[in-house]
Amino acid sequence: MGNNPAKVKTVYYFGTCLVDMAYPKAGMAGIKLLQREGVEVIFPREQACCGQPAYNSGFRQEAKDVAWKQVQIFSGNDYPIIVPSGSCAGMMKYHYLELFKDDPEYYDVKRFCDRIHEITSFLRNVLDAQYTDKGAPIKLTWHSSCHARREMGCTEDSKALIRQLKNVELVEIAREHECCGFGGTFSIKQPEISAAMVHDKVEDIKSTGTHKFLTGDCGCMMNITGHMEKEKVAIEGQHIAEFILERIHG
Amino acid sequence: MASNKTFDFKQNIAGALADKQLRSNFKNATDTLRGKRLAVFTDPEETLRLRHVGNQIKRAGLNRLPELLEQLEAKCKENGIIVHWAETVDEANNIVLSIMEQHGAHKMVKGKSMVSEEMHLNKFLEDKGKLPLETDLGEYIIQLNNEPPSHIIVPAVHKNRKQIGQIFADNIPGVSYTEDTAELLAIARGRLREHYRTADIGLSGVNFAIAESGTLCLVENEGNGRMCTAVPPVHVALMGLEKVVGTLEEVPALYRLLCGSATGQRITTYFNMIKGPRKPGEKDGPKEVHLIILDNGRSKILADKQLRQTLQCIRCGTCLNHCPVYTRIGGHAYGSTYPGPIGEILMPQIEGLDKKGNLATASSLCNACEEVCPVMIPIPALIRRLRDESYDMDENGVVKGHGCKKNLLETVIWKAWKYMQVYPLLNTIMLKKLQLFGNKLPKVGPLKAWTSVRTAPKFARQSLKDLAKKEGIRNE
Ligand code: SF4
Repeated sequence: MGNNPAKVKTVYYFGTCLVDMAYPKAGMAGIKLLQREGVEVIFPREQACCGQPAYNSGFRQEAKDVAWKQVQIFSGNDYPIIVPSGSCAGMMKYHYLELFKDDPEYYDVKRFCDRIHEITSFLRNVLDAQYTDKGAPIKLTWHSSCHARREMGCTEDSKALIRQLKNVELVEIAREHECCGFGGTFSIKQPEISAAMVHDKVEDIKSTGTHKFLTGDCGCMMNITGHMEKEKVAIEGQHIAEFILERIHG
Repeated sequence: MASNKTFDFKQNIAGALADKQLRSNFKNATDTLRGKRLAVFTDPEETLRLRHVGNQIKRAGLNRLPELLEQLEAKCKENGIIVHWAETVDEANNIVLSIMEQHGAHKMVKGKSMVSEEMHLNKFLEDKGKLPLETDLGEYIIQLNNEPPSHIIVPAVHKNRKQIGQIFADNIPGVSYTEDTAELLAIARGRLREHYRTADIGLSGVNFAIAESGTLCLVENEGNGRMCTAVPPVHVALMGLEKVVGTLEEVPALYRLLCGSATGQRITTYFNMIKGPRKPGEKDGPKEVHLIILDNGRSKILADKQLRQTLQCIRCGTCLNHCPVYTRIGGHAYGSTYPGPIGEILMPQIEGLDKKGNLATASSLCNACEEVCPVMIPIPALIRRLRDESYDMDENGVVKGHGCKKNLLETVIWKAWKYMQVYPLLNTIMLKKLQLFGNKLPKVGPLKAWTSVRTAPKFARQSLKDLAKKEGIRNE
């Protein structure tokens, strides 16, 4: 185990606040997948939220304070920082730069941003992770978060990892490009529009005929599975890291 | 749409979402338009290169806008075009009216012009006893039905063929219901031809105004624009001041980006270049050409380096077609001349955050608009900027109505949130509380909105921080 061509020895892990509060198993699975490639994982327990909710809601200063705290927490070493969420990774990699563009801290922040990786991209492209599927045959579908797709560009990496699992059939949904309607506080400020969007997304997932969808973002997952539960749709959602870990252990 | 004081975004949204026919019309139409765009921009690298060119041209133009406008004015005058400047829509409307009055004009044929929508020109002229007639087919349909446009390129996008047949039957004397497209077209054509022939004045928009030569470029497919600008004795062109470009060489790239993004065409059926009135010895064309250049808040937008990017817009409408929010609520719900993503950034700047700031909440910041915008306007970043200005915590906002959303409750909530993220001890306490009580939270406030269509979020008994500690993951 541990085909690690780049010889990365140590990485930092940023769990995200939603994973921390609601999906800790997904977070732990990400850590284990990294360890499996022979990488030591450091998880600084002082970390919190990436700041995106305030940043997108018009509370820039609050977002900046929170961002700066995260930058400091991960400044001890120049290890890569791995994030099990395309959306939070996008925030930390690109929007921190925008937040600090006029500040003397800019270069400290840039050093931090350059080290941010979304987990499936890192597993595939840096660690060259290879998976042997030990699970029973299953058909499932994939939901890509907007920022995984349009900021981190990691959608293909996530799907490539799923395709390594030989008993897993990946059925793609028709409108994969379209937002599920979460958008952080958007779902609270515009609940009706958000509801219409998540409703359509669930219809799309249903029409694949599968009973499971995977995603790399827990915000989308909370939104989509929350609507499915309310509508009594018997489809399960799971974070990709948790799923892969289950499959390779059989 | 007429921007009025009774604008109630929430109510508009609820109404639009409840209209199943409307939602399916929009979904079909935007799917088709998306597909058409994709079919013409097939090579992502080449498309990106072209978008960079478009972005460069527009940015460079905005950086020297006053100079370009002066040059445009001088060249237009040389060509015999009469140039007027209007700071407000009132001024612009009155200029149009005075031109009509000078010529004793009553009937005006209009080509498509979003600036005239911005001015609510039709209503203004009607109130003065004039007869403004839309000739763009989509505009013609909605004018018959007494509605504003629902899209900046495809104004009647919200209607299907059957509904259009009904509008014709209900509003054109002597016409009975048909849903045959060819027949409907023939009816419209017959009516409009008569109007071109008898109109006293023609009006058009401007897609690009070339400063070096004083040429007004007009992009269209139906030929109605050419009729409006060539048949009546007087032609009035309206433009927002950002429509000026430096040279003819800059036009092809912008034209290609506009056509491809708007309708998935490589070129349009007509591309009109107007360089002045009929010259002695010429057989056709208007005897008089006027150009009205409208500011309406644009120079204020220009003054801010970030917000200035809003003025790069070439009004292709593709951000509307790709917006999951626009697709579901349609153009009228925005209660504004410009709907969709471009409307969300432009309208609050023109009319003020206090009046139209709520438009900026109608985005999940999914970035779909930014991905397709031909001139690379960072729409999501500008939406965020407007949201910041709505709360304007530091009292240094520049957009009209900044700080209008400032309120104690939200301020306190975000401050508290910040402390919980910045102080590990507070964070631990919050996590413990969520583990204990999170799943029993009363469904009020934000949770009420969330749970109207979703089950409540479930908080885990042990946080990732707890699990990592237990598993002995290194903590530094
Ligand atoms: S903002 Fe961009 S995509 Fe939207 S109408 Fe303007 S140019 Fe087109």
